[in-house]
Amino acid sequence: MQTVDLAIIGGGPAGMAAAIGAHEQGIEDIVILERENALGGILNQCIHNGFGLHAFKEELTGPEYAERYIRKVTELGIPVKLGTMVLDITPDKEITAVNPKGMLHIRAKAIILAMGCRERPRGALNIPGTRPVGIYTAGTAQKFVNLNGYLPGREVVILGSGDIGLIMARRMTLEGAEVKAVVELMPYSTGLKRNIVQCLDDYDIPLLLSHTVTEIIGRHRIEGVKVSAVDENQMPVPGSEQFISCDTLLLSVGLLPENELSMAADVSLSPVTGGAVVNERLETTTPGIFACGNVLHVHDLVDFVSEESMLAGRNAARYLQNPEPASRREIPIRSGQGVRYTVPSFMDPDTMDEVLTIRFRVNNVYRNCYICLYFDADRVYRRKARILTPGEMESVVLKKEMFTEHKGVSSITITAEEATNA
Amino acid sequence: MKTLTCINCPIGCLLTVSVDEHENQCIKGNLCKRGIVYAKAELTNPTRTVTSTVRLRNAAVSQLPVKTSSPIPKGTMRACMLALKYIEVSAPVAAGDVIIENVCGTDTDIIATRSMPAITDLHA
Repeated sequence: MQTVDLAIIGGGPAGMAAAIGAHEQGIEDIVILERENALGGILNQCIHNGFGLHAFKEELTGPEYAERYIRKVTELGIPVKLGTMVLDITPDKEITAVNPKGMLHIRAKAIILAMGCRERPRGALNIPGTRPVGIYTAGTAQKFVNLNGYLPGREVVILGSGDIGLIMARRMTLEGAEVKAVVELMPYSTGLKRNIVQCLDDYDIPLLLSHTVTEIIGRHRIEGVKVSAVDENQMPVPGSEQFISCDTLLLSVGLLPENELSMAADVSLSPVTGGAVVNERLETTTPGIFACGNVLHVHDLVDFVSEESMLAGRNAARYLQNPEPASRREIPIRSGQGVRYTVPSFMDPDTMDEVLTIRFRVNNVYRNCYICLYFDADRVYRRKARILTPGEMESVVLKKEMFTEHKGVSSITITAEEATNA
Repeated sequence: MKTLTCINCPIGCLLTVSVDEHENQCIKGNLCKRGIVYAKAELTNPTRTVTSTVRLRNAAVSQLPVKTSSPIPKGTMRACMLALKYIEVSAPVAAGDVIIENVCGTDTDIIATRSMPAITDLHA
């Protein structure tokens, strides 16, 4: 059996940044295992621009952003196994993988999970109707168009107004298809305003908020969908139904971290994010196994994936250099009022760096509110926010000095509180 | 009167633009000054970066991603897409390589956004 200090599962933006982070801390015995035949992950099919505004202060396309990291991984000489699919990881960090040359067994001293996420499919939505040809997730359609050069259809309805759905509305339109509507269950879109304007408004594509697809029609190929308005409980309003003919239905209804391998390694998952429960070092409940990027929680900006993953790489390096478990305190970080989840879920003020970024999402749209940080019942920090939306990841920074007056703190809570007076 | 949605931040201010009796533009609805700058640009010369693909031979995938090297006037996007329709490129290609010079008279080039080795190099 081959042995390695650090095995990284996935060669997308998270895996590449994690490898670079670990290498910078002096770990050289690394292997990146990637199932596709190229590094870069989903960025290779995200040919639109808007990547890198935070990380590089310039606007790059997905492949350009990926190429900066691919070049760095290559320059550092970090070994990569392409076309290699990991099948199993055990809690004591034995990896089974397969590639065209056969089976691989690797024993790693540390592992970083960087498998990314997967799209929610039709089966997760319970839409009544037949099961005809012509229904794809938006990302599958994106792969067909941008990597393989196939247009999935000519008359398109898109269910869900997340960014991938919006981007595909524009892409299909530019390639000559007619996008008849983007249908969104919620009264707001989780997509960026910029994408609503530049992908829908620019092409006069209607966005039907508080609407959903209530039936799929078509025996062999999809012939159309029934679309209904929904009430405040997201139930279809009787009598509001309209028929829209189409030959393609794209689904952009959410992403889920891809954690089958993590479960095999006894990693505890959060029921809210679908990703691993981690401490401030991004270490999972299985010692020596770390997680970062979209397999940990779904991000909206790749720039933050890279930042988080560099940190996971550095922490894995520290673990390798000193695997003795120090006596650790695990202070829970709780999602208070208005907050859906936080990453990490636990932290230790004794072993934290000088600063620790806690990322979180809110559970609704909040205007003119405060982001607050509590140590037990004491508010130690607050910041005004004009608007918070579930589609935009937020963060607060914990500083080591905050703990000098709160040595015995037993829990940390983050809240989004509506301002009572202006 | 014209309405626009500002794209600078998640608030997405609804901007209304009207012209008064002295032909002065009057922009309302913005919460910060970025809204004014955005509305003026959108009204006088709206531009967009076009990203698309062209056919790629001799490589592991059949499509090469490309973009305009700078934003082009919104009105020229269709013509730009048509210009890309029959382009075919053969690997190897490096990101940044010019695929079409001065596309549709916009003084902007179409450039590759991904480096693709030739398939023969891959097998070597």
